[in-house]
Amino acid sequence: MDGHNAGLLAFAAAAAVVPFLLPNDYYLTVLIVSGLYTILAVGLNLLMGYAGQASLGHAAFYGLSAYTTGILTGTHGWPVWAGIAAGLALSTAVAYLIAVPTLKLRGNYLAMGTLGFGIIVYIVFNEATELTGGPSGLTGIPKLNVAGKVFSSDREYYYVVWGAAILLFLLAQNLVRSRMGRALRAIHTSETAASVLGVDTQRYKIFVFVLSAFYAAVGGALYAHYVTFVSPSTFSFGTSVLLVTMVVLGGMASLWGAVLGALFLTFLPEWLRAIENFDILVYGAILIACMMFLPGGLAEGAERLWGAAASLLRRAGAAGRPAGGGSAG
Amino acid sequence: MLRVKNLQVYYGMIHALRSVSLHVKEKEVVALIGANGAGKTTLLSAVSGVVRASSGEVTLGGKAITRERPDRIVRDGIAHVPEGRHIFKPLSVEDNLLLGAYHRYSLAKRSAVRHEIDGIFSLFPVLADRRKQVAGTLSGGEQQMLAIGRALLSAPKVLLLDEPSMGLAPKVVKEIFGHISKLRAERGMTILLVEQNARGALAIADRGYVLETGKVVLQGPSEDLLANRDVQRAYLGRERED
Repeated sequence: MDGHNAGLLAFAAAAAVVPFLLPNDYYLTVLIVSGLYTILAVGLNLLMGYAGQASLGHAAFYGLSAYTTGILTGTHGWPVWAGIAAGLALSTAVAYLIAVPTLKLRGNYLAMGTLGFGIIVYIVFNEATELTGGPSGLTGIPKLNVAGKVFSSDREYYYVVWGAAILLFLLAQNLVRSRMGRALRAIHTSETAASVLGVDTQRYKIFVFVLSAFYAAVGGALYAHYVTFVSPSTFSFGTSVLLVTMVVLGGMASLWGAVLGALFLTFLPEWLRAIENFDILVYGAILIACMMFLPGGLAEGAERLWGAAASLLRRAGAAGRPAGGGSAG
Repeated sequence: MLRVKNLQVYYGMIHALRSVSLHVKEKEVVALIGANGAGKTTLLSAVSGVVRASSGEVTLGGKAITRERPDRIVRDGIAHVPEGRHIFKPLSVEDNLLLGAYHRYSLAKRSAVRHEIDGIFSLFPVLADRRKQVAGTLSGGEQQMLAIGRALLSAPKVLLLDEPSMGLAPKVVKEIFGHISKLRAERGMTILLVEQNARGALAIADRGYVLETGKVVLQGPSEDLLANRDVQRAYLGRERED
């Protein structure tokens, strides 16, 4: 138990220092975006990696919350905290209404059901022009402010986003290590066996679906008050697929994997900008290579690397004991 | 203890159980034998609630449990070890067992449950050596023991075993049957055992039922069934003596 929290503590410390080491503010922006994706991927991993339920419509919950708080604060002048609360509430309530019928579906059918839902929400964002501003988007969303304090600089926002990400990570970690976490993994392997052991499978599937929508909603609200502008394309089917890729590439049923997947897939396209026209090609090749050589995801790769480094250090012997510093990141 | 009365199950158009009645008394081992597709697994699934019965009644200690949800029925005291074992392969042996105690697990009862898990380890010592191992790496026989151990941790009144001998080497089958009779002898467990291995099952059971295309066609004490000519011809092969 302590070891797990120590890892998170080390990560939090590293995250706190990073802004002071960056060469320029551009990296800060990328890190904020990857922080948002970390929140989404950790939530989606609870649903997909642990409970084994697919969702190809997660961008919808991300978008519903972003649009709700955007419309209420931007168009109607609500205070930001109230807008965010409404966004979270609406997104999770919709998730519940969707979960009850769709989670009766399994496997590919569940994927299709959530896919359809994601597309419907995307169409609503585009077509409900008076409300959402249509394809050209919704402007005039205020910056995040709490009790008079406005978080206008990127550096301040970086701490808000990663603070939220680390808190939500801690929550997820405690969840998967509890009795409930065992139940979720049981559902993943065999719903029949889980139910004959007394796990109320339907209730847990609904719970974890709603919880992962809540994570997406937190990401959406933070996104809206960071960029101060939302448009439908951010919440398209492509985003849902990107989230699934983060979870799978990072490592199913690994929370650190979700963090790695989010960081990697946010940074990779930025790095690949250097080779302009070929970036998509190389991006795809890297994904294929990762899945071929690391079927367990980046988390598995990091673990292997760590194991190799540890044995090297041990072999180096008692000469001097270097402190094992760098955590996964 | 367990009583099934006029149970009917349909899968769409298929009439899988045609008014089946049977009972299991306390501390009794009852074998349910029959060919593929006779409805044995369906019967167990209907008792544990995994499959819904269209009519009929299941009672446990006098209390009707028909058409309750499976997770309720476990709490009532029925543990179902499903066909093919359904252990949680990516989880450790220990986590599999902890899931067995799922419905009554709480922080307050943690040490009591740990104690019971040690009891399971003394029942199946091979599992103790592998407690941290991923369950998918166990052998077939060990997985079967794990599935039984997991079911026992739900503190059942009645244990439903579906084809525990499936896919196991003859020597291991013998070992598993040995464990099953020990469960009754040492723990006073009440067991309903579904088997294709009719000879092995009847050897450890007190009574037996023969199921054919969804109907009970024969029932009686195990010795009588073992001596019955029809049973011998249909389920025991030609040899009369072991």
